[in-house]
Amino acid sequence: MSVSQAASKAHDMSHLAMLEAESIHIMREVAAEFTRPVMLYSVGKDSSVMLHLARKAFYPAPPPFPLLHVDTTWKFKAMYEFRDRVAAEAGMELLIHINQDGVNQGVGPFSHGSKVHTDIMKTQALKQALDKYGFDAAFGGARRDEERSRAKERVFSFRDRNHAWDPKNQRPELWNLYNGRVHKGESIRVFPLSNWTELDIWQYIYQEDIPMVPLYFAAERPVVERDGMLLMVDDDRIPLGAGEQPEPRMIRFRTLGCWPLTGAVESSATTLLEVIEETIQVKNSERQGRAIDQDAGASMEEKKRQGYF
Amino acid sequence: MSIETLLKQHAEKDLLRFITCGSVDDGKSTLIGRLLFDSRQVYEDQLSAVQRDSRKWGTQGETADLALLVDGLQSEREQGITIDVAYRYFSTPSRKFIIADTPGHEQYTRNMATGASTADAAVILVDARKGLQTQTRRHSFIVSLLGIEQVIVAINKMDLVDYDQKRFEEIASDYQRFADKLDFKAVHCLPVVALNGDNVLEPSANLSWFDGKPLLNLLESLPSRQANSQGEFRFPVQYVNRHSSEFRGFAGTVAGGQIKRGERIMVMPSGRQSEVASIVCFDGEREQAHSGEAVTLTLKDEIDISRGDMLVRSEQRPRVAEALDARVVWMADQPLLPGRQYDIKLGVRTVSATPELIHHRIDVNTLEHQHVDELSLNEIALVRWRLSAPAAFDSYQRNPATGAFVVIDRISNLTVGAGMVVRPVTDSLADKSKNVVWHEHRIAKSQRAGQKSQRPAVLWFTGLSGAGKSSVANALEMALFQRGYHSYLLDGDNVRHGLNRDLGFTDEDRVENIRRIGEVAKLMADAGLVVLSAFISPFRADRAMVRELMESGEFVEIHVQASLATCESRDPKGLYARARAGAIRNFTGIDSPYEAPEKPEVTLDTETLSIEECVDTLLDYLKSRRILV
Repeated sequence: MSVSQAASKAHDMSHLAMLEAESIHIMREVAAEFTRPVMLYSVGKDSSVMLHLARKAFYPAPPPFPLLHVDTTWKFKAMYEFRDRVAAEAGMELLIHINQDGVNQGVGPFSHGSKVHTDIMKTQALKQALDKYGFDAAFGGARRDEERSRAKERVFSFRDRNHAWDPKNQRPELWNLYNGRVHKGESIRVFPLSNWTELDIWQYIYQEDIPMVPLYFAAERPVVERDGMLLMVDDDRIPLGAGEQPEPRMIRFRTLGCWPLTGAVESSATTLLEVIEETIQVKNSERQGRAIDQDAGASMEEKKRQGYF
Repeated sequence: MSIETLLKQHAEKDLLRFITCGSVDDGKSTLIGRLLFDSRQVYEDQLSAVQRDSRKWGTQGETADLALLVDGLQSEREQGITIDVAYRYFSTPSRKFIIADTPGHEQYTRNMATGASTADAAVILVDARKGLQTQTRRHSFIVSLLGIEQVIVAINKMDLVDYDQKRFEEIASDYQRFADKLDFKAVHCLPVVALNGDNVLEPSANLSWFDGKPLLNLLESLPSRQANSQGEFRFPVQYVNRHSSEFRGFAGTVAGGQIKRGERIMVMPSGRQSEVASIVCFDGEREQAHSGEAVTLTLKDEIDISRGDMLVRSEQRPRVAEALDARVVWMADQPLLPGRQYDIKLGVRTVSATPELIHHRIDVNTLEHQHVDELSLNEIALVRWRLSAPAAFDSYQRNPATGAFVVIDRISNLTVGAGMVVRPVTDSLADKSKNVVWHEHRIAKSQRAGQKSQRPAVLWFTGLSGAGKSSVANALEMALFQRGYHSYLLDGDNVRHGLNRDLGFTDEDRVENIRRIGEVAKLMADAGLVVLSAFISPFRADRAMVRELMESGEFVEIHVQASLATCESRDPKGLYARARAGAIRNFTGIDSPYEAPEKPEVTLDTETLSIEECVDTLLDYLKSRRILV
């Protein structure tokens, strides 16, 4: 039999089945090779897919690592409710870390701006949490198609003792042979969704019926418009300007973060299929809704060098 | 089209991974930018960012420089070249694509090999004005080395040769002639202009003489390197899932063939057999698992299986050996030195391994075989590896999933090389697939040592010349002898003049010197002796290699410490003076480095301690470790 005949008789996997198998393989490598792994859980759609894959990878056991939520204290209320429910369903320990130092100093997006807030409450908080528990591997839900500097990041991405990433000095990563060796204090950020695209994520949520935070679906919510961004007023910590009055609008979110930093889009998509339909037709890439990415030309690369996920 | 129809279509797409390569200015990034742009994968805000960046860094004047869509890292945008592998994603109605965009410079051969390792096909760019370059040949060779069989040669910048058909055919036939030496199944040459999009998505009026498919159609029609599900069943055990006392599952990704519930399997390398009791998945139990799928198997019998073992069919066994020949791409600044110990990760099994011999280096530009003693960054060679334990594997050609490995430096933890198994090396001792016969001494090591009221140990003194290694070791041996213990001292006098008379002081010879001393020390420890060795042994990796030879707890690393200035002022043999005068080359501390131990069992500072105090410290230590009873 010629090779081409053999190939045509082969059991063909769809690209989504291949992505799923790849992610599961990555997670099992981490569980087998590291002493203290953790899964960063941000409550968003990518985190939900990552958690679902982890449950598949270790079934019938629960995933053999805890979930860690770095809480900036500015997440949407709906996210907190969803987080607690999902962790309980997965049978996993949920660790929550807040930068108490930042809280004591009153750091917030309105008082200190997005840059300081994100650095103190997210990047620094994450480093604190990783140090506190001594994690040697941390899963993150980042995808390479999200942003230019991520396109070059490894699946097993090395971090030095200061949690810093050196993009020019990454370990070669061949085949599915991941190098998880670290000295004490160093760690690896693991990105099992590296090769997924946004459409793949939605497709998988649809196919697997993965529960989602309601904020992804359009509903009438109180909104103010600022610098071209639609801000949902999730609590009373927003200082309203003169003439600014929250008004109800049909909106939804394409990504979720701190509510004062996450722009909504006007939408009438109330079902998963409608959301996916809108996503396919969309002309602006999803990170545009996030204020933090637009600070400088390669701002994500800069943040990642300093330890941001 | 309804959204559900569209999702169904997307769900059924298959996946093609391809690598793009070519010389520095052949237009790779531009071509990818064009594919992404024209297949509408570029969102408007990304494009406006590129337009902003183009004015700053672009090479296309006021036009958006599409290459900037792809060159992700700041330093790359500044230098205008691609230095790392970047992965890009796009899809058409029938297929999803993952592009590995890799750098063209010779110093980035390792990045190219990285990109090629997961690719089904390669797109090699050639500048129509320049024709085949040295780089074109090198890239083609690496692509073929990594087992890619489908190659598209995109002859770019056709606009700069007036879309000349003759020029195209000349380059295409040059390439065909060269490619005959490589293992490609199919070579497709096509003319393009990446900058303007000619023949990328649509046929071009400028190239009306060309009757082949445009690039994107060709990419849609190439066979993908589908998981090898017709081949022999291979299941490397990745993770043992002990959910409860009743459940013991073996999780892994099927690396070849398929398996059904109820089939007999054999565990390699132990040779034990059992039957597949169930194939467990989150979505329910399955009857069958195919290559590429990540599943969990349970077996009928309780047999000892751990991570790194491989489940196979007994009539389709892989090779099991303690030595193998492999093609290696070296990826580190420190050269590969035969005799040094590394770890290799072969599938999900990690073992320590020593390159015994470099058969030949392959010149990536001419494909010539050359004799070398060491392998430098970005070089490729056929290397014989000796493993510390038997491992199961296939040749890379037969099954890349069970025939590829990465080499990891034991000290720096870096990935320093990539290997593709060519063949197992079997001799009467190495072929463990038959019967494992290790000649058993009738008298056990512990009996021999017990008779002497001691435990065997290797006391490894390391330090600069003149630090006091030999003096302390000699004094300690005298003290041991007086107390009735059985010992032997290996030092330069009794080793360099006999066993190692043939070795000089080059890096390779130093590695071999230490390896031989380590083996002799091991034999003596086997005989129950306390072995003392006093050698500079400047390299951490070499000392780690000797430590690895011994049973756990037997190796005692003793750092005899004194500053270089002190050693040089002592200079008992006058060697420093001669090294400073240039009469001795490669002298440790002068023109060859000394790598101090990171965690020695004992440190002796001979600038503050007398020889007697050193001996007392050591005797106390040996008693506390119960080496001396």
